[in-house]
Formats: sequence, C-alpha cells, structure tokens
Amino acid sequence: MTLTLAPVCDAQAPIARVNPVAKLAAVAAVSTTALIASDWLTPLLLLAALLAAVPFSGIRLGELARRLRWLWFAAGTVVAVNAVFAAEQTGRILIDLGPLTIGTGALLDGTAIGLRVCVAATAGVLGFATTDPTDLADALTQQLRAPARFTLGALAALRLLPLLTAEWRQITSARRARGLEGGWNPVRRVRLFASTMFALLVGAIRRAGRLAAAMDARGFDSEIPRTHAREQRMRPADWIVLGAAPLVCAAAVAVSAACGVFTAFN
Amino acid sequence: MIPVEFRGFAWRHAGRRAQAVSGVDLRVEPGERVLLLGPSGSGKSTLLAALAGLLTEDSGEQDGDVLIDGKPALEQRDRVGILFQDPETQLVMARSGDDVAFGLENQAMPRDRIWPRVHEALEAVGFPYGVDRATHALSGGEQQRLALAGVLARRPDLILLDEPTANLDPEGAQDVREALRAALADTQATLIVVEHRVAEILDLVDRVIALGPGGALIAEGPAEAVLAEHGEHLAAQGVWVPGVPLPTRPAANAGDAALRGESLTLVHTGSDAPALEDVSFELRQGELLAVTGPNGSGKSTLALLAGGLVKPTRGHATVPGEPRPLHRLPARRLATRVGSVFQDPEHQFVTATVKDELAFGPRQAGWPKDRIEARVAELLERLRLAPLANANPHTLSGGEARRLSVAGALAAAPGVLLLDEPTFGQDRRTWGELVDLTADIRDEGTALLAVTHDRDYAAALAGRELVLGKGRLAEEHRR
Repeated sequence: MTLTLAPVCDAQAPIARVNPVAKLAAVAAVSTTALIASDWLTPLLLLAALLAAVPFSGIRLGELARRLRWLWFAAGTVVAVNAVFAAEQTGRILIDLGPLTIGTGALLDGTAIGLRVCVAATAGVLGFATTDPTDLADALTQQLRAPARFTLGALAALRLLPLLTAEWRQITSARRARGLEGGWNPVRRVRLFASTMFALLVGAIRRAGRLAAAMDARGFDSEIPRTHAREQRMRPADWIVLGAAPLVCAAAVAVSAACGVFTAFN
Repeated sequence: MIPVEFRGFAWRHAGRRAQAVSGVDLRVEPGERVLLLGPSGSGKSTLLAALAGLLTEDSGEQDGDVLIDGKPALEQRDRVGILFQDPETQLVMARSGDDVAFGLENQAMPRDRIWPRVHEALEAVGFPYGVDRATHALSGGEQQRLALAGVLARRPDLILLDEPTANLDPEGAQDVREALRAALADTQATLIVVEHRVAEILDLVDRVIALGPGGALIAEGPAEAVLAEHGEHLAAQGVWVPGVPLPTRPAANAGDAALRGESLTLVHTGSDAPALEDVSFELRQGELLAVTGPNGSGKSTLALLAGGLVKPTRGHATVPGEPRPLHRLPARRLATRVGSVFQDPEHQFVTATVKDELAFGPRQAGWPKDRIEARVAELLERLRLAPLANANPHTLSGGEARRLSVAGALAAAPGVLLLDEPTFGQDRRTWGELVDLTADIRDEGTALLAVTHDRDYAAALAGRELVLGKGRLAEEHRR
C-alpha cells in the first residue's frame, strides 16, 4: 500500500482539463444540494447527472467502481440502518418479523438519506480522481489567492506521505526484532499501536523541520511575491462548468418540486 | 564570486546550554573552493546553516558576524544555495521540473524565463529524465542530482554542500560527484563543502580548513599539506583521510551452522517481480557473512526474512533446536534466537533509558532479575555506554545510538545477529569502533550476517560474501 493522490484518469479528458477551482465549486454545489434536499428524487436526479458526466471524466469504469465500492457500501448501510431504526414505521408494512418491522415510509426515507451520501461521495471521487494535487494547489493560489505557505506546504507534506507507510513497516519490523509485538492481546496491541504511532510522529516532525529549512534556503520565506511557473487560468469552458453546476442543481430541485416530492432540511 | 567571512562568530541553539561553535574567525576568498573538515560536534553544519541564512534570531543566540560579500548572511540569502545530505527532505514538488522551478518562483522570476533555466539546470547535472518525471519515482542519487539542479538554477554566488553524498549508495554517490564536477566547471561561484569522505572530493577544492571541537581552527592550507601534516590526527577524529590504512580483523574458522535460509522468496502484494527469489544459504557460528549487491537487489529483504521479521511468500529460515520457522516464533522468543539491527537505530528504541533498553530483551524473555542485572552491567561496560546508563536513547550521538542498538539486539543472548548497513554514513572513528565491536562479537562464536554497501567493512571482517542481483543469488564466494 502506498498513499499517493495522483489522478487516475486520462489527462486529456474534458473533466480532467477543467480548472480545479471550478471543479471544486461544482462538487461543492452538487454535494450541498444533495445534503440539503431530503426527498428521494432530488439526489436521484443529481446522481443521474453525475453518472452522465462519468464518460467525460476519463476515469476507467473499473477504477471508478473500485474507488466507490466502500462509499456505496456505506450508503447501503445508511439505507438499511435508517429503514430499520426509523422512529415510526409508516406506510404499508413490507416486512414484519416481530421486532424487525419495515414500512414503505421508513424505507423511502432511508433510501433518500443513502442517495444523498451516494451523490456526495460520487461527486467527490469524480472531482478528486481527475485532479492533480499540484494543479489544485496552483489554482487555489492563482484563482483564489490562497497563501502559498498553505498550498505549497500542503503539497510538500503530501510528498512525504508515502515515506510514512514505508517507515511504519520498518518500525513494526524493528519492534518485533526487539521482542515486541501485539499478538492476540488487544490491550498490548493498542499500546503497541500508540507507541509505533508516536515513533512515526517524532520522525515525521523531524523530517518536516528539515524540509522547511530546505524550502526556506531556496527563498520560500522571502517576502517577495512569488511568480508561478505553471499557469492556471479560468477559460470559457471552466466558467461554463462553474455556471452549469448550480443550474443542474436547480433543475433537479425544480423537477422534484414539480413532482410534489421535494422537501428540505430534514 | 563573493568573499565569505566569520568574525568572532558564536552560536548557541535555542534550548541548549553549550554553544555549538564559538570564536570562529574564517575567511574564504571570492571564487575559492574550500573543504571544511572536522569530527562530529565541530559545528561544521552550524557554520553552513549560518551562511545559508537559516540561523534566524528566534532559533538561537548569535555573537559576532557572518558576512557574505560584506553584508550579514541573513540579508544575502538570495545569493546562496545549499545542498543538504538527505534528498527526501529537500524536494518539495511532485514533478521534477516543478521542483527546480520552485526556487525560481520564490525569486519572482517571470514564467517565460523560468523554464529555460529549469532545462539548463537539469542538463547541467545530467538529469536523465524529462521535467514531468515524478520525484518519488527517482533513486536517491537521482533525487540528489535534482536537488542540486534546484540549487544551481538560482545561480547562487556562494554554493554550500553539506555532506552531499552521505545518504547515498556508492553508485548514487558517484553520479552526484560527477554531476557536481560538471556543474562546478561551469560556475565561478565560491564553494564550501563539508564531507567526511575526503578522497572523493579533493580534486574539487583548492583549500582545506580543519576544525576541532566547537569550531576551533586546527589547520588550514592546500589539501596535500594539511593532510600530510595532520592526517593521522584528523583520521583519529573521524575524518576519512586517504592513505591512512584501515584495520582488518580476519576471522578464525567458522563453526557449526547457526541459521539456515531455504528458498527464501518474497513477493509484495500488487507487484509482479519478487523482491527476493529462491535464496538459500547457511550462516555459521563465528563467521561474518557479507550480503552485497546494488540497490533494489533484495539485500534488506533477505535480512528481514532471515531474521523472521516478515513472513516469506515461500521458503523459511530456521535455527538449530527450534522446530518452527523463525517468522512463526512469538517475538519475545525470536529475540533470544536472532537479533536484528536496523539501519536507523531510533526505530528500535522502545524504552526511555539506555539501561532499560538493554534490560528489555532479557525481561521479555523472562530471565530472572539478577541475571538481567548482570547482563546489563556487562553490556554497558563492554560497549562503553556505562556513563550514559540513564540517558534517553534518543539523545545519543550517531555512534552511541548505533552501539546501543547493537547492544540491545545482543542483550537476550541470541546466537545470530543480523546487521543492515551497520556502517552507513558513519565517520571513520565510529567505523573503526563498529569493526572492532562486530569482530569481538563474531570471535565469541556469534554468527553474523551484515547487509552492506561498504567494501572496506566487508574486507575487514567477512569470511564469505553473498552477492545479490535483482532479487536472486548472483554469486557466493570466500574472501
């Protein structure tokens, strides 16, 4: 296992080429709408819109399914839990096994919540799987004027993540060599986990200090406003994405309202 | 081309009582190339950090002046470039070209001028890939060359190199030295290098400055003269002076088998090529078996599998008198059979004092109290750690930490000791100590296996050598 956040799509795909800030705004618009709406139709329409966008993302379907499987599993669990443990079982009773009773009303409510989770998860994966972290940092700095201390600092830290995985493995082996391992004892396991985590943290802080010194030695802390080697711009296509996302959201809400099922903040 | 001067310079790191350096008076002429020599603790790295403008007011207390071209170093940062020893913590960006551009962006260079500079710098260091190459996919030597390109791209008037090859394997170090040689031929910049391995860097410098503890000047002048006059003394202080012979400790005859590896194979999940494939060997009492080979040849994997620390995909390692393969032994029992010493000693420290560190293994193994005490006392004495018995292991010097990690692995009296790069990055004095220490352990009948890049270490101690290549046993020979 290595932790990298490199994009997993064809870099020339239309969605992959959209300015990361525009993409971020679109993901935020869709997710927020899905989380605010509490009926089942609005998130269903949004999910349909997201799935329609998948072919333009350049993500292979297998990869997308792999990334989404846990999130959808979580959404399924949300449906089940909300249906079973609903405060009141309303509507026609579908299942009646004594303590386990599920009515259509609760099932519909549970499905609505599950769909909302699905929409937020799918939108997030579509956004982040098609975005290179470097491009995101550039766009945040150039379009939103985010401070470089923050964006580049985060990028540099991201680069060190894979090292942590390797180091975790090394520390674990080194401790087994010293006669220290969790075995089947849960208390010992937790304590060992905590102490390994501590050792990892100490190493990470030391490394971060060295990296910060190296960055400053190359003038990162000079007060001069930095220039940008890679340009991120808002092109017409990016403005279209930025404008289209709220429109799609509004359309989903309108259709749902026209069908008389729209509810919100529930 | 700019002059550099220390005038009565002293520095105390915040939170420390003693000064790292004091009373330093040095001058380096414009365009001069100087090698700074001295034992650990002579403050070489502090002097370089001062020149790089990294000793800011909030990080400690300064006396005297550090002047670059007549102005305080803190104001001249834009004219100075520094290369550190650890490549991993110098690279900032995910793509190689972006990383070189990083320092230029900080100088507010317009975009259309940045990229020609980036290409020029990458070419100067012989960087073999394009600008889009992922920095995490580079070897240590390649990363260090990229970091050098990042320094050169800013066209500094003063270049500082802080042990630029100390963290690299021999091939990587060679590549970096060649890149340095080529790059320095193209620049007029003043150069100051700190390096223990003197022989490899001598042809790059005009003058040597040798420092003692606290930054006191021991000698200076042309390299030949300084080394001829002070060579023995500097070698004793830990400098790798060329021509001063190294000790060897040949072994007596090896005894019975102490550890057997059979068809050891490891395939990482998600990888096609095995990290190690079908390696069998026998390790005998009273011998040191060296395991050598280029980076990525599976040396460290072999040590992990032989030490029972990682479950092999196929094959197993066993010791006589133990029916189960080592990877299936409970850890506390394993520690009484095979000791493993890792490259980074700090990974192995699990207690708060040196004494507890030594008592840990025996305690885990369930030894009686008086036996543990006797063992700890013996190890403290033998490894010259007695004055540090109550110190925190994380505060030890490099050499002390390494001795402690060996002692900790030996504490529960295993018959086999496995060492991963025991001499990596050590100065000559620590190196000599480690040779003597491992030779003594070996001569008491312990079986030793050492994974190493260090030809001198293998030559001094090893009776046999296993050479690995691409995860397989390439050859096995007696020395």
